[in-house]
Amino acid sequence: MPEASSLDYENAVQMLALARSRDWPLWKLALAREAHLQNCAEEPLLERMAAQYRIMCQAVRDGMQIHALSPSRLSGGDAKRLSDYSQTERPLFGSRFARLAAYGFAVLEHNAQFGRIVATPTAGSSGILPACLLDLEENEGLDELGAAKALFTAAAIGVVIGKNANFSGARGGCQAEVGSASCMAAAAVTEARGGSPEQACSAGAFALMNTLGMVCDPIGGYVEVPCVSRNGMFAVHSMLAAMMALADVRCVVPLDDVVVAMRDIGRRMPRALKETSEGGLATTPTARSFQAK
Amino acid sequence: MSSFSAFEIIGPPMTGPSSSHTAGAVRIGLATRALLGEEPVEALIELHGSFAATGSGHATDRALVAGLLNWPTDEPRLKDSLAWAERQNLCVTFRSVDLGEDIHPNSARLTVSGHEASCSVTASSPGGGSIEIVEIDGFTARVDGCLFTLAMWHKDRAGFLSKITTLLACAGTNIAAIRTTRKGRDGEALTLVETDDAIPPDCRSLLVRLPEISRLRDIPKLVA
Repeated sequence: MPEASSLDYENAVQMLALARSRDWPLWKLALAREAHLQNCAEEPLLERMAAQYRIMCQAVRDGMQIHALSPSRLSGGDAKRLSDYSQTERPLFGSRFARLAAYGFAVLEHNAQFGRIVATPTAGSSGILPACLLDLEENEGLDELGAAKALFTAAAIGVVIGKNANFSGARGGCQAEVGSASCMAAAAVTEARGGSPEQACSAGAFALMNTLGMVCDPIGGYVEVPCVSRNGMFAVHSMLAAMMALADVRCVVPLDDVVVAMRDIGRRMPRALKETSEGGLATTPTARSFQAK
Repeated sequence: MSSFSAFEIIGPPMTGPSSSHTAGAVRIGLATRALLGEEPVEALIELHGSFAATGSGHATDRALVAGLLNWPTDEPRLKDSLAWAERQNLCVTFRSVDLGEDIHPNSARLTVSGHEASCSVTASSPGGGSIEIVEIDGFTARVDGCLFTLAMWHKDRAGFLSKITTLLACAGTNIAAIRTTRKGRDGEALTLVETDDAIPPDCRSLLVRLPEISRLRDIPKLVA
């Protein structure tokens, strides 16, 4: 087994150097790192990740069935609406597109109704990775093992974000939650589609760069508005970022710099816009009327 | 310090709706239950900051109780935990509290008692389901549940740490972090030892027999 220090990294540059030196994809590096961390073999870790994926898929399926509104009455039934729309004769951008968004909605609607989800990396951003991976399963032949590997790619990128910024809406705004999830999903999709580690990092950089500044201002403090629709929309965003990287569009700002920018913006973001419900959407007349009900 | 395990980033599996206000709260309850070391019969739960302000919509109250009932983060009965607590003769009281400026806004203090012991735990849930225990029975702590944690309430005596580190060394258990806090010289002290592996039972039974130790509890690995 390789030395601990030789498998850990502090940023994306080091991560890429490690992957390159062994000619490993990012998922393989993340898996080897985890095996060392947990002091166990790689096989059961892949199986454990596959089990996480099964929970994610079940959350999508359960969320697609939701008709009733959540206890706060802020969400419920929209995943189903999108899914129904995807089956109409000529849905805008085709049915796959509408279903991808529906999956993101589904997980968050299920979450709002005390459903079982996997925090990826948080509950408020738990729809993006399941939506993207289930789309690949249904349309690109990704199997369960492939999905588990893709989740390790996501985790590889997550280490870079966690070590240099954070995943907390209260500390960094929504860019730290949905931005991070989108960054990880874009990289995961890129590698699952045969992209290189460098392309995966580009995809992550594109996804995160284009969420910078996004605030966390949910109505009534509930993880519903804008979170439910945002998970649907940023599943699409992640796919776009992956597409750009796979097309070899170069991200001028490397992933490490984007992560540092995210941390910097999070620090300067006013407290009122960081999960306190003291500003933004949370203090609109609409939000007030909801709380009065 | 977090190790950023893949299962911490992709995880935990949890009952919604919030990783910080629900899953983290369950883990705070689990840690408290482990430190008490028995079934709690009474619990005073004091909610601070955001836990007090937006906690009810996120089921923070029910999540903390779920942890006290030893339920995992993805327990489907979570939203009904208060009824289950009543059924299991656990009497719970909630109130708001101001724990000061220095503590994270997502924090709570749990004062619990069982038939034999009682324990007070202050902890925060900064995000993504991670937790930080900041105080145990008035002793400053810093435990995040990423490793196995051994908590020992003991008398402050010369050579105490040497005894426990020797016993752990003989058991082949690697210590990742160790912290002793005391209430004055020769007074009461609390030592927290974080280890990579669970303490083997034979080593544990030797530790319990040390005359300085009045109480020994284990917090299992809660994260990843």
